[in-house]
Amino acid sequence: MSAKEYCTASAARGGLLVVSNVPGVAFGDRVQIRDDAGNNRNGQVIRCSNEEVLIQVYEGTDDINLESTWIRFLDEPLQIALSPEILGRIFNGIGEPKDNRPPIVSSVLRPVGAGAINPAARTYPKEFIQTGVSTIDGLNSLVRGQKLPIFSGSGLPHNRLAAQIVRQAKLVDQESSFSVVFAAMGVSNTDAKFFEDAFADSGVLGNVVMFVNLADDPPIERLALPRVALTAAEYLAFDLDRHVLVVMTDLTYYAEALREVATAKGDVPSRKGYPGYLYSDLAEIYERCGRIKGRTGSITLVPVVSMPSDDITHPIPDLTGYITEGQIVLNRELHSQGIYPPVHVSSSLSRLMKDGIGKDDTRDDHPHVASQLFALYARALETRNLASIIGADELSERDRRYLQFADAFDSRFVGQKETEDRSIIDTLDLSWELLSMFPKDALSRVSETEIAKYYNPAE
Amino acid sequence: MTDTNTNTDNSNLTGTIIDINGPIVTVHMPGVRSGAQVRIGNVGLYGEVIALKGERAIVQAYESTDGICPGEAAEDLGWPLSVELGPGMMGQIFDGVQRPLENIFAQAGDRIPLGLNIVALDREKAWPFVPSDKHEPGKEIASGAILGTVQETQTVLHKVMVPPGISGELLEIAPIGEYKLDDCIARVKAKDGQVHKLKLYHRWSVRRPRPFTSRDDGVAPLITGQRVLDTFFPVLKGGKSAVPGPFGAGKTVVQQQIARWANADIVIYVGCGERGNELVDVLETFPEMTDPYTGRKLMERTLLVANTSNMPVVAREASVYVGMTMAEYYRDMGYDVVMLADSTSRWAEALREVSGRLGQMPVEEGYPAYLASRLAAIYERAGRINTLGGDKGSVTLIGAVSPPGGDFSEPVTSHTKDIIDTFWALSKELADARHYPSVDWVGSFSDHVETAAKWWSQDINKTWQARRAEALSLLSRDAELSRIVNLVGPEALSSPQRWVLEGAALIKEAVLQQNAMDSIDTFCSPAKQFELLDLVLTIYDLGAEMVELNVPIQELQELPLLGQARRLKSSYSSEQMDRFKEFRGEIDKVFNSIRLEYAKQGEAA
Ligand SMILES: Nc1ncnc2c1ncn2[C@@H]1O[C@H](COP(=O)(O)OP(=O)(O)OP(=O)(O)O)[C@@H](O)[C@H]1O
Ligand SMILES: [Mg+2]
Repeated sequence: MSAKEYCTASAARGGLLVVSNVPGVAFGDRVQIRDDAGNNRNGQVIRCSNEEVLIQVYEGTDDINLESTWIRFLDEPLQIALSPEILGRIFNGIGEPKDNRPPIVSSVLRPVGAGAINPAARTYPKEFIQTGVSTIDGLNSLVRGQKLPIFSGSGLPHNRLAAQIVRQAKLVDQESSFSVVFAAMGVSNTDAKFFEDAFADSGVLGNVVMFVNLADDPPIERLALPRVALTAAEYLAFDLDRHVLVVMTDLTYYAEALREVATAKGDVPSRKGYPGYLYSDLAEIYERCGRIKGRTGSITLVPVVSMPSDDITHPIPDLTGYITEGQIVLNRELHSQGIYPPVHVSSSLSRLMKDGIGKDDTRDDHPHVASQLFALYARALETRNLASIIGADELSERDRRYLQFADAFDSRFVGQKETEDRSIIDTLDLSWELLSMFPKDALSRVSETEIAKYYNPAE
Repeated sequence: MTDTNTNTDNSNLTGTIIDINGPIVTVHMPGVRSGAQVRIGNVGLYGEVIALKGERAIVQAYESTDGICPGEAAEDLGWPLSVELGPGMMGQIFDGVQRPLENIFAQAGDRIPLGLNIVALDREKAWPFVPSDKHEPGKEIASGAILGTVQETQTVLHKVMVPPGISGELLEIAPIGEYKLDDCIARVKAKDGQVHKLKLYHRWSVRRPRPFTSRDDGVAPLITGQRVLDTFFPVLKGGKSAVPGPFGAGKTVVQQQIARWANADIVIYVGCGERGNELVDVLETFPEMTDPYTGRKLMERTLLVANTSNMPVVAREASVYVGMTMAEYYRDMGYDVVMLADSTSRWAEALREVSGRLGQMPVEEGYPAYLASRLAAIYERAGRINTLGGDKGSVTLIGAVSPPGGDFSEPVTSHTKDIIDTFWALSKELADARHYPSVDWVGSFSDHVETAAKWWSQDINKTWQARRAEALSLLSRDAELSRIVNLVGPEALSSPQRWVLEGAALIKEAVLQQNAMDSIDTFCSPAKQFELLDLVLTIYDLGAEMVELNVPIQELQELPLLGQARRLKSSYSSEQMDRFKEFRGEIDKVFNSIRLEYAKQGEAA
């Protein structure tokens, strides 16, 4: 079958275009549209029967004239051309150059909707990535091939943290750095510029591919963008054997675009108007990262998800948390106290930490130290709560120690400079300084041998 | 449904695709049956007819429909969604419609190709068949009778059964020897004169529960080696349990711990719409890990069904039935099977997705009206039963539930709660405080404490039920007192009350908390479970006595004994029970000396 051309559409609404009587169009196929002003738009078939074809138009359907729109059905899915030349380039959500440079020419064409990775083809991610950030390395360690989102809110420094991770991420004892795929959806010009500068400053720009859809770019394009970006990441990782760090921001705008199209299609809404398939749709994106048997490269994914009204139970962070392998949660209260990065360790989690830390990976005491810090901090937060009700003076001596610990933990362990690259050993040593604020008997999650080796009270 | 009597009359029915709406494809195919398996499009995607409208069949596709075009052909395969049941299942990982994923990986590489036609069970492998001496040619043989056995793995003796629905005169049974799956191992002549050639395997439709003689009551708890489950909220072999909790609360860890340590004969782990890496974790670790009961490798008694979150949604709906049918099959051999489904919420969402695409009227949060009855029907397939072969077997079904926003009042959690008999409610607060497993002792329940108590009292200790109750009451007094402290501060409490807080903290840290990643504490035998509980309560009881003698609470709080009690669980394994006896001696010594001291002071005063 060859491409089919038509010049009338029968309906347009909310980014969707309906074309009647087009037999032989396949589900998922790419569509080119030229409106009466001569502008090109791109689309994809999202429902088809002999009588009618429904097209999702990435640039939207504003100003479409039904009578004089030229529509071309290409007999192929949405795909992008790939070569090592993509590094250092900037593209839009469907893979077209956005940097006034020529398109990529290559015989490597990949459809952006990759089939699911066979679970039997995966290998379990285990290699510790040192980000230089204590709250991540010490308590919520990231490993190569993990998907670990940053849950944030408006005005919180998620971009600064993401940029710091990109700058500092490395394997211990290894200089091998990451190739970076940066996917921006619905972000402001300022934010996009911030990342560009951050990449340039740290000298990694030549090792970064950017896919950018700004706040004032067409929203439906955001639906294709993460898939396009991940297709590039897969090429870098599994064809070129690189370790790829994918930073995506902001998945909330992606999900909003999805809701917009779902509403236009008349899909049954579940929570807050988001379609019931939001979970599966997000999973299709997030699950594309990982490690594969017999392949050298890997894809590590750090998406930024802003929580509308700081609500972690909002469908977007909620469904994300159900798919990703943990989350780093930023907290407004810590932020307002001037603590950077304002990571709320209690609600943060890394599920893949267990196999990436310890004797052969970081240090033997790491798992126990982390568990002990979590336990003490949980109790310390309770104490802080209590103190805020009854006053610190009413606390017992034992409780006051917890209070001091909470403060020291926030300011010294959580807080660090944006340019501060702490080694994991520094983070663990700092942990012991904090643990040593307590008598040995209170430390039941570390072993007696570890206490003998590392316990070191200040006096 | 067996291979020998598959209908061939309509297996060549063909049709034409007329509409594609995501995974829902409408096909013009007059005469097809509802429930039939079909292959659609030029690539031959697998799907199932879920509704009929005149000459149109509505098909749900188990694979992505990208690239499929109206006008392409469809073919009726002539049978409903069914699985192959026979040796070769253990140790495997199948997808949601029982395609072998390791084989697919070997044949097709990293990604699952569309329309791949591949059989579930290896046809080339020869299995050592040992015929049963109970059946002689010429005699009658009934459905479910054991024809013989095959050593499937070192742990699992596979019993080859006459498939349900077939009975009659045994004409012939194969002698001891090696047979492939398609070899005939017996011939049975039915009443109607039809001769059935039986093989080492047969097919069974997954949406039809396998028959049994009668239901039986559960008698023994399933031992999971997890204290908060076994000691506080026991599930019986043949029970129905749900593990609801927000993301990251520990549902998967609870399920994987059960898969590792439960005293079941067979474990079927259905990864339904969850993470790929979680299945890989099982695949990579189970072949190395030793079953504490048999000393054999865990993978030998384990089977995985994987429809990860990025795999097609519709096959997710099928995966639970596929897993359950395989579970029933091993149950019918007289085994205790545990089936874990992670997560039933994703399964329910698959139902919702399909019903939404069909334009059915949603009732609550987009779910169709039949959500509750579908949930009930799948949980009803669990239970302890008398098998057709005259044995007893069980399927314990443990389903994770992932409520949106962690809200237990949502439809899937609330309907599930009405059906199950054991409820392990996971709490975000406990998980955030790294109190694992985060089973919340207030919101959880077990309907089978009485039955479990009989077992514990006989096998472990007569005072089990009383001690359990004491611990729970200590925890509830703790909750009450903590509320007071949070209002007016700790000073408002009397010494005995403060000792209650200390006792409850000890129960939480030394008994309830159990780190799955701790090499020693990951599994805790019933004997060790009771010992820990009893030791902690002994400390509490003796301490309370001291408080009565006016021993200052501070002195008791600072006893090194308390720190030691907290470390006990991860210091000594279930094999080192004598160490706990020593510790008991230590407790007595410490409290005796305090008692003496204060008695003296009392006399002096
Ligand atoms: N018993 C336990 N011991 C130690 N750690 C635990 C335990 N239970 C849970 N955890 C920790 O909590 C993390 C999250 O647990 P898990 O993956 O089981 O959550 P979940 O409820 O299945 O979440 P989701 O719904 O997102 O799948 C684990 O990766 C582990 O770090
Ligand atoms: Mg889980």
